[in-house]
Amino acid sequence: MSLDIKLLKKESLEQWFGKISASGRRILAPVERGGKVLFEEVSSPAEMAGDYIQTTLSAKSAVFPRCEELFGYALEGKEVKLEERKKEPQPTVVFGCRPCDAASFAILNSVFSWDCPDELFKQRLDKTAVVSISCKKSDQYCFCASVGGGPGDTKGSDVLLTELGSGDYLAEVITDKGKKLVALAPELFGAAPAEDKAKNLAKVPKEFDLKALSEKLGRLFDNNEFWLEQSLGCLGCGACAFACPACVCFDLQDEGNKKGGRRLRCWDSCGFALFTLHASGHNPRPAQSQRWRQRVMHKFGYLPDRLNYLGCVGCGRCSRLCPADMNLLEHLKEIMNRD
Amino acid sequence: MMDELRKKAKELLLAGAVKVVIGYGKGSGKKARPLFARRPEQADKLIFDGSCQQNLAVYLTKPELKALGRPAIVAALPAMRAILQLAMENQVAEGLLVVIGLSPEGKLIELPDFKAMEDYLAGAALELTAEQKAKLEKIEKMSPEERRQYWQDQFAKCIKCYACRAACPMCYCASCLVECNQPQWVPAPSHAIGNLQWHVIRAMHLAGRCVDCGDCERACPAGIPLSLLNQKLAAEVFKNFKARAGLSAKQEYALGVFKPEDKENFIK
Amino acid sequence: MENIYKPYLMRIEKVTEEAPGVLTFKLVFVDENEGRQFEFKAGQFGLYSVFGEGESTFCIASSPTRKGFIECTFRQIGRVTSALARCEEGDTIGFRGPYGNVFPIEDWKGKNLLFIAGGIALPPLRCVIWNALDTRENFKDVTIIYGARAVADLVYKRELEEWGKRPDLKLITTVDPGGETPDWKGQVGFVPTVLEKAAPASENTIALVCGPPIMIKLTLPVLAKLGFTPENIFSTLENRMKCGIGKCGRCNVGKLFVCKDGPVFTLAQLNSMPPEY
Repeated sequence: MSLDIKLLKKESLEQWFGKISASGRRILAPVERGGKVLFEEVSSPAEMAGDYIQTTLSAKSAVFPRCEELFGYALEGKEVKLEERKKEPQPTVVFGCRPCDAASFAILNSVFSWDCPDELFKQRLDKTAVVSISCKKSDQYCFCASVGGGPGDTKGSDVLLTELGSGDYLAEVITDKGKKLVALAPELFGAAPAEDKAKNLAKVPKEFDLKALSEKLGRLFDNNEFWLEQSLGCLGCGACAFACPACVCFDLQDEGNKKGGRRLRCWDSCGFALFTLHASGHNPRPAQSQRWRQRVMHKFGYLPDRLNYLGCVGCGRCSRLCPADMNLLEHLKEIMNRD
Repeated sequence: MMDELRKKAKELLLAGAVKVVIGYGKGSGKKARPLFARRPEQADKLIFDGSCQQNLAVYLTKPELKALGRPAIVAALPAMRAILQLAMENQVAEGLLVVIGLSPEGKLIELPDFKAMEDYLAGAALELTAEQKAKLEKIEKMSPEERRQYWQDQFAKCIKCYACRAACPMCYCASCLVECNQPQWVPAPSHAIGNLQWHVIRAMHLAGRCVDCGDCERACPAGIPLSLLNQKLAAEVFKNFKARAGLSAKQEYALGVFKPEDKENFIK
Repeated sequence: MENIYKPYLMRIEKVTEEAPGVLTFKLVFVDENEGRQFEFKAGQFGLYSVFGEGESTFCIASSPTRKGFIECTFRQIGRVTSALARCEEGDTIGFRGPYGNVFPIEDWKGKNLLFIAGGIALPPLRCVIWNALDTRENFKDVTIIYGARAVADLVYKRELEEWGKRPDLKLITTVDPGGETPDWKGQVGFVPTVLEKAAPASENTIALVCGPPIMIKLTLPVLAKLGFTPENIFSTLENRMKCGIGKCGRCNVGKLFVCKDGPVFTLAQLNSMPPEY
């Protein structure tokens, strides 16, 4: 994949959006809604949120919807007929997410594609293009640099835009998908200026070393007091898991009536008490401290061990929105401070 | 003032009167976060200022906290109301917890028993602010179709994370309605009808019980104005039954009591 | 497009009540071609669904040596199993599988097999038992020790009778003290006690143990005393499952998934896994 670097003027965004929409693609972009910044369908860049470091919820619903039909079923007496999803997913451009978000799609894919590939997910992923915008600002919750990312990292983006001092964008066209998007309006993409991308990026410090973290985690499993102390404030909701671009745990639910219905896949969270509850009443993780431990161990231990992907991109969403101010970066630093 | 608070907490821990002091500590950036002081020196980290909004009473019914032993709880007005409401519902008992009362300015209030709390609350301003009233009126002025559209749009954002439930001190049921699957009263996935059902049912379950701390709305990652639902129903309960939640440990639950004078005659 | 969540359609050919609340279904594939092509190995499980209620996980309790149908045995306890219990012969249910790892039966040629099971946990071993009996010449001594709380709770009663009559296997059935009926001819005592009394030889023997956690906890020391090593003791784990294919994230024990790395585990493996099951 050769890297094309172009200049996209700020005022050209409107036209580009127009050409993208006209091609039958929907555009999901950050929109200010009720005090939060959420990804919604837009037709113009004017609808986009102005100044945002990060959106409240991630864009993962583009490829992993909150509620998705797996198949339908019709009941006819003692017979059952299964019906496949008829509508193909609409081609989508996720516009204005950050480099951390762009990197998260590969993490979702690692789970859905390993062993038996999930075609429903793959269809959506194949039809989704990612146009990220580099970070000029970061806050104390960001730690992308500690998990293999960075404010201008290109990993996972089809096109990465970096806002320059002039307000125009440096456009790095990274993949074939990105090239196709640019080809919708090639006249809008001019020669790249000589400006250094790096000076337009936020400075995100590296807060910990992943290998050292993994090593310390390995020795912490049985330290119940440690996990209790960290999780006493945790209320056991699913906000962190649902906001997280890399969280992929799901539930299967049937909904229907005497005539038929559908089997649905929906988001779930290991933080819920019910997640591992057996019908017998036995629960392998009955205490919130064990569920908190599972969250950390899974993201920073089990998943990388198993599928070679870290389960976290350092976007900081979980910490920003936690009602009890559970700050993941702080918790990880606490782990690092132990022997 | 924070010195007084810290001193009180330390005394309680040193004397062994309580095993944990549930209060506020410094959080991320300008936020506060719940602090669970189990050793006297941890009491030095207690704070109380404008950033301390969370209703800490939510922790009184959590199994992990209960397992620590007798608690003291730093309680501003909403938490006081929550404690009295929990007491009324037999979830906390007088004498089994210590309440460290704080005025809105952060001044320590002596609250040796529930009656002291009731007396303090009797003099408190419980009406909605002008801003809150205006928000309610805006909805009340809408036609039924406009209201339906408004709430449909709001609930479309709901991701069913249950942060509203988790943050609410009155949502303490060990087995929440949504967790019953025989039958599945409320669908688990986030979709239009399920989201509507969830929020309407929760609002109904809180009618006459909600102490208007606003934690549900603060907790909601999708920015849904949940307080409007609870405030509206609280106003309806007050209008019909002259009852407000969390003002006494012994009041009856307006929606759970039948009296011969009730205007409905199905029970006669 | 291949949809990994789409189940096979199965018709319930026979319903057998094994014990109060415990049923066995014999299932045939609605599509006979699928039935002819279907293969699995002992130890694997499936997700059985009632459309409209959901899916539930049970092992495949019939032997892979018998083609065209599968059997499962379950206890009615929750939403889906209650819905399954309401099904009748002729009804259509769903089946996804076979999932999970297998008992390494090929490695056991020429060895003795010792099956120890309690209550509703006989089904996962029944698959292996029939597999072994259908290829009896591959194994030396076959011993089955099976117990339940009371006579009524014993499952596969007809097969127990059949097995008891076979000269090429040793069957010991037992019920807990107080669970016997006046005409009970088997032993009376907890499974670990009966095992200790029977004292099967550990040399060249593979032990398969399935039962309620308390039975396993008390049986393992007896096996150790008899000389069994952790590598030669096999068991199965159960955890709450939804996808069965390592994606939904809920059945993990540490970094292992019960649905992918299990459900069959040796004691040696279990000893190295965190106690989260």
